[in-house]
Amino acid sequence: MVDFGGAGMIEVGTVVDTKVFWIDRDLLKAYANASGDQNAIHQDEAFAKSVGLPDVIAHGMLTMALVGKFVTEFSGGSATVKEFSGRFTKPVIVPAGEKVDLTVSATVSEVVGNDVRLDISATSAGVKVLGMAKALIAMAPGR
Amino acid sequence: MLNPDSVGRTFTGADVVTVTQSEIDAFADVLGESDKSVAPPTFSIRITLAQSQQLLSDPDVGLDWTRLVHGDQKFQIHRPIVAGDQLRCSSTIENYKVAAGNEIVTVRSDLHAGDQLVVSTWSTLVVRA
Repeated sequence: MVDFGGAGMIEVGTVVDTKVFWIDRDLLKAYANASGDQNAIHQDEAFAKSVGLPDVIAHGMLTMALVGKFVTEFSGGSATVKEFSGRFTKPVIVPAGEKVDLTVSATVSEVVGNDVRLDISATSAGVKVLGMAKALIAMAPGR
Repeated sequence: MLNPDSVGRTFTGADVVTVTQSEIDAFADVLGESDKSVAPPTFSIRITLAQSQQLLSDPDVGLDWTRLVHGDQKFQIHRPIVAGDQLRCSSTIENYKVAAGNEIVTVRSDLHAGDQLVVSTWSTLVVRA
């Protein structure tokens, strides 16, 4: 158990408040430009369907990047992340003109000094989209 | 099919990639991150995916990048990436197996600034049958 001051006590089992991100086609385009991943399955509905997908899907790495934002909001900034991993279990499906949810929650699984390990859950439309998601963070001072 | 001799070989890029503030800004903006003094934790994928694809597109390797699906991803971040970093990528095929006709390849990519290891990433890529 560690007293981080601002956030109070963080111990194994501490639950991080759930956060919902909203994903739409505009965000996919913005992520494609920012990441350099211009794969057509993330932008072109006809192409996505031609390769057997139900519709345009979000970049797995966009999902992971948003989960990373969830983690760094808890830990106190991008500089705090030491390890971050996850498995792309199901795609986030993004129909035209819709905003779909990415709902993220986490539980503290280990505390060693200032280092905190999180087990993370991420779903979209009730379906788990990131499996085995974990982060190791060095809590920023005052968190 | 992957050439089995490729497993364990490390391919080091000839190019040094210089990270710009505008690249960090664009990535952070997508995530709604207002602190742009360092790159978001997954920013390195912008460099490693393209670099490893280039490095492992050697016909000797035998990896078909057109049928790849991203299976999982891991980052080990030794220090955050900042604007002005000059990073060199080296990629190694750490593991390879065939399951139900799909090829499953684990690629490790290390980003170095000079002699300093900044980020290691592991991407498991599935080549669909």
